Amino acid sequence: MNASRTAALVGNPNAGKSALFNALTGARQKIANYPGVTVERKAGRVVLPSGESVELIDLPGAYSFDPTSPDEEVTRKVVHGQFEGEATPEVLIVVLDAANLEQHLVFAQEVIALGRPTVVALNMVDLAERDGLVLDPAALASSLGVPVVPTVAVRRRGIAELIDAIAKAETKVEPGEPHERPHLTLPERRLAATNIAKAAILSESTEHRLHAGLDKVLLHPWIGPVILFGFLFVVFQAVFAWATPFADGLESLIGAVSDWVVATFPAGIPRDFVTQGILAGVGSVVVFLPQIVILFAFILAMEASGYMARAAFLMDRMMQSVGLSGRSFIPLLSSFACAIPGIMATRSIADPKDRLTTILIAPLMTCSARLPVYAVIIAAFIPQTKVGPSGFAFIGLQGLVLFALYVAGIVGAMAVALVLRRSVTKGQESGFIMELPRYQLPHLGDLLIGLWQRAWVFLRRAGTIIFTVTVVLWILLSFPRAEPGQSQVDASIAGQLSKGLAVVVEPIGFNRDIALALIPAMAAREVAVSSLATTYAVDAPEDDEAATEAGLASQLSARWSLPTALAFLAWFVFAPQCLSTIAVVRRETNGWKWPVFMLGYLFALAYIFAGLTYWTAVALGL
Amino acid sequence: MRDQFIDNELQLARTSGTSRLVTLEALERGASARIVSVDWDRLAPEEGARLRALGIDEGACIGMAHRGVFGGRDPLAITVGRMTVAIRRIHAAAMEVEPL
Repeated sequence: MNASRTAALVGNPNAGKSALFNALTGARQKIANYPGVTVERKAGRVVLPSGESVELIDLPGAYSFDPTSPDEEVTRKVVHGQFEGEATPEVLIVVLDAANLEQHLVFAQEVIALGRPTVVALNMVDLAERDGLVLDPAALASSLGVPVVPTVAVRRRGIAELIDAIAKAETKVEPGEPHERPHLTLPERRLAATNIAKAAILSESTEHRLHAGLDKVLLHPWIGPVILFGFLFVVFQAVFAWATPFADGLESLIGAVSDWVVATFPAGIPRDFVTQGILAGVGSVVVFLPQIVILFAFILAMEASGYMARAAFLMDRMMQSVGLSGRSFIPLLSSFACAIPGIMATRSIADPKDRLTTILIAPLMTCSARLPVYAVIIAAFIPQTKVGPSGFAFIGLQGLVLFALYVAGIVGAMAVALVLRRSVTKGQESGFIMELPRYQLPHLGDLLIGLWQRAWVFLRRAGTIIFTVTVVLWILLSFPRAEPGQSQVDASIAGQLSKGLAVVVEPIGFNRDIALALIPAMAAREVAVSSLATTYAVDAPEDDEAATEAGLASQLSARWSLPTALAFLAWFVFAPQCLSTIAVVRRETNGWKWPVFMLGYLFALAYIFAGLTYWTAVALGL
Repeated sequence: MRDQFIDNELQLARTSGTSRLVTLEALERGASARIVSVDWDRLAPEEGARLRALGIDEGACIGMAHRGVFGGRDPLAITVGRMTVAIRRIHAAAMEVEPL
């Protein structure tokens, strides 16, 4: 197998490249970054009929080789073989939206004009048919001078034919040097695109335009936003309700493993390490995987269906009022799952000041790592009752509190954006230009691939950062061993350390256990839960297995006051407790200036708001 | 003073033609128009390039598909060919169109 054989997918944004990439390569994909720039590189393998395989890369969507964004710059450089460390793709696969030929052919001509082995995937022919378009691929192939294969990537149609065409294009012998074609100007290419599209369209009617009808409702100036907010509310209720059986299942599984370890191995430090360190610590974070998967499922479905761009449209006016644009909405919404993909998604924001502001406020969006923290505190302190107008009490109070925490993060982010845009990121007001793609039913396989990739990132974090921190914390907590009659936590190294921090956080109602949890939670927020679990498991007397088995929630409600719990929640709305996020901000802003600024302002906000919450709750006698 | 005079003259020249030119910003929902001229200097260079890349350029026929949320008139969704593109009022204000 010759590893240097490569092919690349090129095309406009919204041509369905990612779905085609999934269809061609399956679930085995490598996702990394292009060196030196903050653009994602997706690579996979396509197996040809001959049994050979070709490395396929999915290039970022571009409108032309005249770049207006870092994404387009990468596409231009890779295709032209000017990207250092990246092999020049031997075969170019141009992906066209069949229902939008006159637009997509503009860039396609530029790619074909390079004179390299090229195959055109006439994608989404089903949506074109739905729009009343009947196309002639043969006519298109003769106009363009390259093979054209009709495909429906999300339905996995035309894939075998496309792979055949790739194999043929690759084996085609190049007659000498690629000939230079005359360089056309944009208006000339546009005119040519219109003519080629006209020649390829056998018949067209504009009657069955499903998306126009859907947009009438979903982009309605009054109904649209109401639907969006209603949808988001359902998402957050679902994250809490649907995940419960899976989370309970995982929890009892971890409990069973822990029981088995206790029953099988002799008592001692190694057994304590496994049960109180690894299982109690990592286990209490892995339990939240179902919630994270559900949240990502909604976000991925919104992206794949085309609704995400509509959400951006609906949110643009509101974002404009704080000096941002609807484009910031997508990175910010992704930040609800995790700030890291959110911050990386800001690459699509062209305006640098806009992008910086979005990066700085992204950590205020409640990420899934905060869910474990919120979930534990809510379960321990908020009664599982229904509230609502008398007689119509159908809204779960726990879900409502969770929703309020999300809203607090959003309001905080908006206020911070407003201040930043008038101070540190002052500049010309940015615009909002964005294509609204056609609606389509997402392919389940594509969603599952996306979900798997994201769940894997979370599990890897649980297996590396969280595991390491949990182990270190267990060591800090377990040594030196306590004298008889002394609490193990008090005697430990961590206990000594947290005494200093406790003085600082005491005014905002935090006890020593919280101070102790805040130190390792700098690595990742969800570690706060595992370190609290470790702390209380360690604190239980050696033979009292019931205390270890009792849920963390009941431990907390017995040990913390309600104002302390509420202050803890308020702290986590703002606190920048995630080293990975800070590392990503450093990489994306090319320096330490902005991550340090972010750390400073977020810790200040966290301290102030936790304090305000605590003092208010105490004053109200809660 | 002189600028005002030129503006008035231009306005006169435009309204005296067979069809009246308006800015895209003034177009109502559901209306169609042809873009006659774009004042590219009023737009940021990257935004101008992005609009041109999407086919929103002089001579293009566009339709006003949606505009505004909650009673406001911003942003706009315009159709170009078979594509729908969201833009802001500020962009639309830089484009002169001939209603069809």
